[in-house]
Amino acid sequence: MAGTIIRRLVHMIAVLFGISVLVFLIFFATPGANPAARIAGKNASPQTVARVERQFGLNRPLPVQYALMMKKIFITRNLTSYVNLGEKVVPQVFKAAPVTLSLVAGAAIIWIVVAIVIGAVAAAFRNSWIDRLLMVLSLIGISMPVFWVGTMANLFTQGIWHHTWLFSWVPPLGYVDFSKSPVLWFKSLLIPWITLAILYIGLYARVLRAALIETMQEDFIRTARAKGLSERQVLLRHALRCSLVSVVTLFGLDFGVLVGGGALLTEVVFGLQGVGYLTYQALETLDLPMIMATVIYASVFVVVSNAVVDILYAAFDPRMRLRR
Amino acid sequence: MSEVSATDRDIAPPAPGYWAMAGRKLLRDRAAMISLAVLVIIALMCAAAPWYAAHIAHTNPFRSNLSGTVMRHGKPVEVLGAANNPLHLGIEPIGPSWRLGPYMLGADQQGRDVAARLLYGGGNSLIISFAAAAVCLVLAAITGILAGFFGGWVDRIISWLLDALWAFPVFLLAISLSVVLIAHGIDLGLFRLDASSLALPITIIGVIYVPYVARPVRGLVMGLRQSDYVLAAIGIGAPAWRILWFDILPNVISALVVFAPLIIALDLLTEAALSFLSIGVQPPAASWGTIIHDGESLIYTRPMVAIAPGLAIVITVLALNILGDGLRDALDPRAKLRN
Repeated sequence: MAGTIIRRLVHMIAVLFGISVLVFLIFFATPGANPAARIAGKNASPQTVARVERQFGLNRPLPVQYALMMKKIFITRNLTSYVNLGEKVVPQVFKAAPVTLSLVAGAAIIWIVVAIVIGAVAAAFRNSWIDRLLMVLSLIGISMPVFWVGTMANLFTQGIWHHTWLFSWVPPLGYVDFSKSPVLWFKSLLIPWITLAILYIGLYARVLRAALIETMQEDFIRTARAKGLSERQVLLRHALRCSLVSVVTLFGLDFGVLVGGGALLTEVVFGLQGVGYLTYQALETLDLPMIMATVIYASVFVVVSNAVVDILYAAFDPRMRLRR
Repeated sequence: MSEVSATDRDIAPPAPGYWAMAGRKLLRDRAAMISLAVLVIIALMCAAAPWYAAHIAHTNPFRSNLSGTVMRHGKPVEVLGAANNPLHLGIEPIGPSWRLGPYMLGADQQGRDVAARLLYGGGNSLIISFAAAAVCLVLAAITGILAGFFGGWVDRIISWLLDALWAFPVFLLAISLSVVLIAHGIDLGLFRLDASSLALPITIIGVIYVPYVARPVRGLVMGLRQSDYVLAAIGIGAPAWRILWFDILPNVISALVVFAPLIIALDLLTEAALSFLSIGVQPPAASWGTIIHDGESLIYTRPMVAIAPGLAIVITVLALNILGDGLRDALDPRAKLRN
């Protein structure tokens, strides 16, 4: 087991290194991508571009630039923005992190609870109209672009129905810090939570239903039934527990991606200044240090959650330890 | 001739092949057939966009129409009129007329016909998602088959590449590549892509989902490599290309067919997201994503600009997902057992 963990951690660091190199190459070494010309602005004279190159160290060999950037991100933490000159990048990412975490954690609670209920009900009433209805709704949830759902939510809660009793409580777009007002924090996040959760509810309900139906054909379920347990006990106590493994795996990966900034579209639509929003702004202004910082921040979460899921798997199922 | 057909009738017909059986099963799947019909109708409507613009909308959906007027209820109405607020501050595009003709779904901020742009944009969205899916499936088949069949260092290199791509947050990869490439296209000497070319989003979206398909294909081929008939083919000295072509590829293709609608759906959503962030299809061209982007600033006054393309996306993706489920049931009998 210890060997598995160590192997997985080494693999994790290797992948992180690979990703950071890849991002660096995309932005600094793609044919045609010339960071100095970008900072200098359009129609800048060659002399200006050359001065910018010297000033930002862009005339040095690529490996040196890469090493310097990594040192500034991880060790000295004084990487500064190319756009808002002098502004430090790393603290900004950490300032945005709680916003994203609030959004994702709330949405995750909603989608896990609702998806388990839908999946279990659909499996219990398999092939009935309830099952079909729930699965069609799940499929619709998967098929909707999240930024469009968000835009529609804004239309109804901020626009058309804002002055009815239904949505008059919805505060204007934006994030309110929990420490400032927990009630306002909750109100400002409830609509974004639901918006973000819809896709995952559909996804998880479908996965859970399929897993439940497969589990219900296993021998231990027949044993449980033979012992005289009610169908509800069989489903909730025995089958559900076993089927949740597939959902937990998915959850680990999705949560990692979202906390790392994967909720970018939701954050942009609702004006929540989280990590995804930061990434979006940096991309619009082509602020390379900020992009590097946010992408590396995101990949840390993705890679770590991958590793955690693998290690948990190995802990649950010894057979997995033999794989690579 | 009649004698021949008489004897033909006496001989039992050959057993239907794998594809014929799958086709029959699919034909009986009502939900999948309806979805297929919906997709065909949407594609035909999008293909008719130039005709619609010329003969029904009577506008050029790529040119702004800032001072034009259009007949409504027998009276000329400005396409971009004064806003409907007490002070008449700002301008407001004309709303939907809800009847076949000019500005059926209203105008956008530049006075362009939303319905015509919806059809043109749908064409681009569909072209990008289908072409990107084709790129993805072909690349995934090649890499997956090579890695799974030859193993060894070939497998190690390909798997390492796929793992790296897999571990990269896919949305960030798409956004990063788009931002860099949209700014000035790709210029690799012989290989040039203009920034406004559709080939750019096609390539980006096609490549990022390769690991999703290549990994299962690799696993499938690794299993097939150990199957008795492949071992037998190796045993009688069949060359590798022959085994790959006649024994491995047919199996892989049925897996790819099952993946195809799901990947197209995923590509359509990805394209919409990139275009919404204005790093996908570039103006003046449209796609469903860019129209939603245009509609966002009009959301409280002319919501139809954002609603219509979103509904188009939902219907298309839903149909693709249902078709994907049907194809899986038809082509993979084992999957059906689980449901």
